[in-house]
Amino acid sequence: MNTETLNKEEKSAKITERMSGSEAVIKCLLAEGVDILYGYPGGAIMPVYDELFKYRDKIHHVLTRHEQGATHAAQGYARISGKVGVAMATSGPGATNLITGIADAQIDSTPIVCITGQVASHLLGSDAFQETDIVGISTPVTKWNHQITKASEIPSVLAKAFYIAKSGRPGPVLIDITKDAQFEQFDFSYEKCKGVRSYNPVPKTDIDDVKAAAQLINAAKKPLIVWGQGVILSEAENELKEVIEKAGVPAAWTILGASAIPTAHPLNVGMVGMHGNYAPNMLTNECDVLIAIGMRFDDRVTGNLNSYAKQAKIIHFEIDPSEVDKNVKTDLAVLGDAKESLKQLLPLLIANSHPEWHQKFKDLYAIEYEKVIKHDIHPTKEGLTMGEVLKEINIQTKGNAAIVSDVGQHQMIACRYAEFTTTKSNITSGGLGTMGFALPAAIGAKMSAPERDVVAIIGDGGYQMTIQELGTIFQQKVPVKIVVLNNEFLGMVRQWQQLFFDKRYASTEMTNPDFVAIAKGYYIDAKKVTQRNELKDAVAEMMACEGPYFLEVRVEKEDNVFPMIPSGASVSDIRLE
Amino acid sequence: MSTEINTYTVSIYTENNIGLLNRISAIFQRRHINIESINTSVSEIENVSKWTIVVNISEEQIKKIIGQIEKQVEVIKAFYHRDDETIYQESCLFKLKSNLLFDERQIQNIIKESNARIVTVNKEFFVIEKSGRKEEVELLYRELSPFGIMQFTRSGRIAVTKEEMKITQMLQQAFQH
Repeated sequence: MNTETLNKEEKSAKITERMSGSEAVIKCLLAEGVDILYGYPGGAIMPVYDELFKYRDKIHHVLTRHEQGATHAAQGYARISGKVGVAMATSGPGATNLITGIADAQIDSTPIVCITGQVASHLLGSDAFQETDIVGISTPVTKWNHQITKASEIPSVLAKAFYIAKSGRPGPVLIDITKDAQFEQFDFSYEKCKGVRSYNPVPKTDIDDVKAAAQLINAAKKPLIVWGQGVILSEAENELKEVIEKAGVPAAWTILGASAIPTAHPLNVGMVGMHGNYAPNMLTNECDVLIAIGMRFDDRVTGNLNSYAKQAKIIHFEIDPSEVDKNVKTDLAVLGDAKESLKQLLPLLIANSHPEWHQKFKDLYAIEYEKVIKHDIHPTKEGLTMGEVLKEINIQTKGNAAIVSDVGQHQMIACRYAEFTTTKSNITSGGLGTMGFALPAAIGAKMSAPERDVVAIIGDGGYQMTIQELGTIFQQKVPVKIVVLNNEFLGMVRQWQQLFFDKRYASTEMTNPDFVAIAKGYYIDAKKVTQRNELKDAVAEMMACEGPYFLEVRVEKEDNVFPMIPSGASVSDIRLE
Repeated sequence: MSTEINTYTVSIYTENNIGLLNRISAIFQRRHINIESINTSVSEIENVSKWTIVVNISEEQIKKIIGQIEKQVEVIKAFYHRDDETIYQESCLFKLKSNLLFDERQIQNIIKESNARIVTVNKEFFVIEKSGRKEEVELLYRELSPFGIMQFTRSGRIAVTKEEMKITQMLQQAFQH
């Protein structure tokens, strides 16, 4: 390691203490402020678990029921708090089970550090019991990874791991530690990492670019902001709010940007993308300046790139230079941290209000309300809708809950209809689309922010991918509220089969177990709702319950999520039915 | 931006760490791009490795790939260049039967005219080394083939650029912040 920026004086002044590599791991975690970690023990990580036992009054280890659950819980912990989540597993299958969560954290820029045990260094490459090349396997889905074979490397590598995970565009880091390094005695001392010479996490904002951006925005007649998770990650919510209010720019969000600005804010015009709102999608192809902030023009946001905002000048505020011009050719890139760039932008903006342009959003919203929203949240037909469940949760939580959603129809409905008042409140698997994310992520979120209501909204499919984490909820007494919207289908796939595969419902219908009995088997209070008139009381009972609560809502089997931009179509070809 | 396929030489300055080869090659693999040649070595700067990778892709693709390479934590800087912007060479070794050296007079002329050199000679075989551009190596290969080549191998491209790289200044600046 040649990457430390310590000078010689600092090095000699450090106080050292003799200890094992595994104790050093715990000391490093404590030095980084880790109070909770999620994991699963096994042979190659046992020395570290032995130390965790000794330090159990200082650091809380949560035994998940599967290593995938540990990564998602660490993600939930990170997403609600902005802190680095930590997951731990043994070698071999323990390590490979982390991969889905790591890949999810990579594509959704979530800061997590995963620590895996590895077979002793003299056994590396010998196909020893539970040996797998986890550094090789995790390389494409980590921001950084490293294998430690000597105890003396532990402090500097773990310091670097936390620094890299959190700085710049965050992401997952995996550190693999051989068993002999865990046992080895050495002189421990810890210094937080302050920089890595080959790594420039935040490009410096060029004021000339900010000035050019201000000029374009000031001259615009029909400006539109699309913000993403970058705003939340750089904690630029207030700066964004001031910018949109001063310049009077309607602002839409990507799925991971949700909650940065309250849903009720008059300039918040809703979600963009495949199942986003009608107005921001349609008007993406009518705006004259499109201001993208901390978002990456994912294909689910842009639809067909050949007909995406071709009429507009595009400004991209972005921390990661490799995102500029990756999917959409921009006219102006403002590199740097969103908070800093927006701070510089604000005084250069001319106050404006664009009333006619705003009216267009209102008009299109009225169309969407009549065709879609009304039927979703105030249904008159017999079957329950997912939308009315969300509406009831909004009312009873006053929009203060953190909503953790899984992947599929219920996720789109949750993101469309959840009313947020607080930032970092929409926790979902965006880029990777990981079914099974929500239940463990809700555990991490609730443990990270015990003062907040955390409601997991999950489909009957995704729920059964990580249903075993009910055991974690029960053992740890995590008071999460679990709502399963059960339509007895893999609903989103079924919707596509209906629309694009002539209703050939190949392997999407589910014969489900008694979910209430399963929850009760874990001693979790549970209820099933099948009628509209039961919904209000059931949600009230759930929210009033001090412990965890499971609520199953039987919703209409073959409802579809609209609006919808068919795959490969333009954003302005969005369908309302 | 040009979508025309061209040969590009990618030069990357990195830390010298285990696993980086995997990380860099995965960037190409993930995009279904074949690497024509790859070489890593020490660079002009202590503890800094220099990579030379040759690919045939469009400028649009190579720009995005450079972005992905530079994003890696242990990469200091990456560049791409067209052939006319670099000075580049490859090296190759031919192993041939020793009797040819005495029985076939042309072989000595071929070696001389191609600016190759004899590395070693023993009773059974002799080894010729040739450095140059790919076409020169290929020409020598064609000329020697009729005599029977026992073994042949060619290195990846190595290249230096006509423009200045300024890596040292970059590293000094990195240490300042």
